[in-house]
Amino acid sequence: MIPATRWVPTPLLSLLLAAIWILVTSLSPGNILLGVVLGLIIPKLTQQFWDKQPDVKRPWLAIKYIFVLFIDIIVANFEVSRVILAIRRKPQPAFIVYPLSMSETFPITVLANTISLTPGTLSAHLRLHDGTLLIHALDVDDIDGMIRHIHERYELPLKEIFGC
Amino acid sequence: MPELHVIWEAVISLLLITAGVLSLIGALGLLRFKDFYMRLHGPTKSSTLGVGCTLIASVAYFWLQEGTPSAQEMLITLFLIITAPVSAHLLAMSALHHKLPLYERTQGEPVELKTKEKPQDSERT
Repeated sequence: MIPATRWVPTPLLSLLLAAIWILVTSLSPGNILLGVVLGLIIPKLTQQFWDKQPDVKRPWLAIKYIFVLFIDIIVANFEVSRVILAIRRKPQPAFIVYPLSMSETFPITVLANTISLTPGTLSAHLRLHDGTLLIHALDVDDIDGMIRHIHERYELPLKEIFGC
Repeated sequence: MPELHVIWEAVISLLLITAGVLSLIGALGLLRFKDFYMRLHGPTKSSTLGVGCTLIASVAYFWLQEGTPSAQEMLITLFLIITAPVSAHLLAMSALHHKLPLYERTQGEPVELKTKEKPQDSERT
């Protein structure tokens, strides 16, 4: 989105760091200056540790994704609560091997975190060598249905957002 | 201190009660679930919304009382949502590494939990 230059390798990260610094301290000239300085220095110093990540190609879709995620987090809480409180019903946990169709690390990280935050699933182990993600599901009947659900609801939008 | 409108009081109380109930249910989950992997589901979900509700209630209360929203508290929620899955993932990975036993009703057995017969080197990521 914002073009990277030699001195500002990751403009979005710089902006984010400055914004967070100002938010956690206060909106005063000194803190704004310090936030900007930190936002410029930290990405430059840590640049070598970062792999090149795909850019967000469709910011609007990303915002929509975050919105969907928030709703799903709330649903997830009630789902898990329901499983906990239904004493008579024995939950049916499962380990699911989810085949990833992306290879960039950052979208995969977002997907794995999404899976952990959403109803009844937890990403347990990322196997990059064969491109699968091991998921533990708390209570599931239809494993293939769940894989399809994750693919359609989260992975396809992520692929569109990052354009990969 | 300015008096809060009764509706706001109700909303804030409701948020706090929801938060408390959700956290309690999350804690009950620890008792009720049978193996480590299932117990991990409690802290990633219930506590996220539990803490989230507490913080929203707190932001709303001080916003109405003092007139300025506190961005720090919003950031706590945000950071919590970012970090909770990461810690759960690490816990799950170390549990798999130690081959913690599974609840007998679990469907499917991951390669990570199989015993030593298979070559383990290819499993490393």
